[in-house]
Amino acid sequence: MTVYFLCAVLLMMGLYCLVAKKNIVKKVIGIVIMDYAVNLYLIIIGYKHGGLAPIVEPGMNAQTLGRFVDPLPQALVLTSIVIGLGVLSLMVAMCIRMYEKHGTFDMSQISKLRG
Amino acid sequence: MNLVPLYVAIPLLAAFLIPLLGMWWKKSGEVLATLSTVLLSVMAIASIGAPAVVHHMGGWPFPEGIAIVSDGLAVLLLIAVNVVGFLCVIFSLKYMQEYTGLPKYYGLFMLMIAGMNGVVVSGDLFNLFVFLEIASIASYALVAFGVEADELEAGFKYLVLGSVASIMILFAVGTVYAVTGTLNMADAAREIASRFGGPEMNPALLLAAAFFLMGFSLKAALVPFHAWLPDAHPSAPAPISAMLSGVVIKSLGIYAICRIFFHVFGFAAGNPSSVIIANAMIAFAILSIVIGGLLAIGQWDLKRLLAYSSIGQIGYVMLGIGIGARVLATGGARSLAALAILGGLFHLINHAAFKSLLFLSSGAIQQATGTRDMKRMGGLKERMPITAATTNLAALSIAGVPPFSGFWSKLVIIVAAVKAGHVVISSIAIAMAFVTLVYYVKLQREVLFGAVRGAVEKAREVPAVMYVPLIILAVVCVGFGLLYPVVGARILEPATDALLNGAEYIKLVLG
Repeated sequence: MTVYFLCAVLLMMGLYCLVAKKNIVKKVIGIVIMDYAVNLYLIIIGYKHGGLAPIVEPGMNAQTLGRFVDPLPQALVLTSIVIGLGVLSLMVAMCIRMYEKHGTFDMSQISKLRG
Repeated sequence: MNLVPLYVAIPLLAAFLIPLLGMWWKKSGEVLATLSTVLLSVMAIASIGAPAVVHHMGGWPFPEGIAIVSDGLAVLLLIAVNVVGFLCVIFSLKYMQEYTGLPKYYGLFMLMIAGMNGVVVSGDLFNLFVFLEIASIASYALVAFGVEADELEAGFKYLVLGSVASIMILFAVGTVYAVTGTLNMADAAREIASRFGGPEMNPALLLAAAFFLMGFSLKAALVPFHAWLPDAHPSAPAPISAMLSGVVIKSLGIYAICRIFFHVFGFAAGNPSSVIIANAMIAFAILSIVIGGLLAIGQWDLKRLLAYSSIGQIGYVMLGIGIGARVLATGGARSLAALAILGGLFHLINHAAFKSLLFLSSGAIQQATGTRDMKRMGGLKERMPITAATTNLAALSIAGVPPFSGFWSKLVIIVAAVKAGHVVISSIAIAMAFVTLVYYVKLQREVLFGAVRGAVEKAREVPAVMYVPLIILAVVCVGFGLLYPVVGARILEPATDALLNGAEYIKLVLG
């Protein structure tokens, strides 16, 4: 239970960083922290203490099979990391372009649109 | 031969080939994007009335494989996405010529279509998330395509909020997996119905439902999650604005909400959690209708006015669907739920037609006059008669003037709301329909009619390749209004049936 709680704390830290920081690079870091918190959550779902690698070999009985770690969340996390990398590179590219335009990373100086 | 995977495969292949061939062949984007969107539109229109099909990717049967499902609801969205996509490509041929890096533009455009088609046909929760991200990343990049200060800021804002939405959705997908042990939507629905179908919903599932609703509402730009839309839609190039307002917010937001909540979670009568979810949907819808409508009145930037109007109109779509959900959750008559959902879906496809038409028109106007400021326009119908006529038609249609399509869909939604006993909600919806009329009358008066003034004086009609898509969409707007019996019976009723019969969906996918 504690790990889920800590995972939620990590998510909230990322959200705080995203909302409270004015520097757009720090906002990007906040998003990355949130992303990693959710990846960690997926890993925790599949984790089993003292579990075995899920490779089926002949002669394994039901008890051994029951000790396997769930491999599916790990596959999901791999995909999710790749997606996160794509989003991150786009975010960083936009940050660089915005720095070229305004000469600053401060969102309060960049912001002109009113939402 | 099962054609459903081609909805993803064709645009994905085009998105890969266009930038690659674009290194040697300057016209690769124009040619390949037009060809593939024509093909996709023909496929989507040809699949009207076809029975629902399931394709197991790579021949892997359930539960190992990923299912690709095309039912009535998916066909409705596929038609909207691909036909609007095709018309936007045609419009882009001329409009985008002033930009550089066109192969990249068309590549991203096809990637966005691939992502949206993938979201629509996917039968797997995680797969839906992946396609959602494909479409989202492409649309973030396309909003910022102009790389001017405004475009970058709007794109960054959209990117940040969109990423938060994606993170919420991924969290919810993980939670559903932790509770049910499956990612297949039909299987998860069966698990949820059999294990948690009683009066109490599992708290973890309720958390997942809340995260799904927040995430998809952010993608759909429902108030209070709308902050990115009024910046992102006006900043994007006009064909992209038309795609974003016309189909992206619907396929990534509204469609996903429908699929997840009606088919995976299900609105079981007598389950208090279902009522909470349905109430939240209605609350978001009413907030969107009121706030989007009121903010639209004060706008003088043509595209910002249209963007705020999108928030209001997407609220009407959500209202119809939310009322249908509430009727189901409180154990009301099935026919009433069907009426409300039919109204919502009808408004969805109508809005896809007239809002993409309005954004394309705004692009044509911007190119001809060089401005989006409505204070500097007037008397457009003297200088650009075709664009003015189509804009006028779309404005009448979206404002709900009979006999155009927008009138009928709003009427159905409001009738359903009254019949379900929501007197206050339906009177708000009626009042805001008049507000819609107010800001489109403003648009007509300031831009289309009156004396020729300001930037319009030197304006000339846009070339045929730009106004032909406008005419086609205008015909669609009128056609949906006048030929409702055909459209309703062939497209909308199968979609409503598919949405209401969650059990049928499970049977279809699991066999």
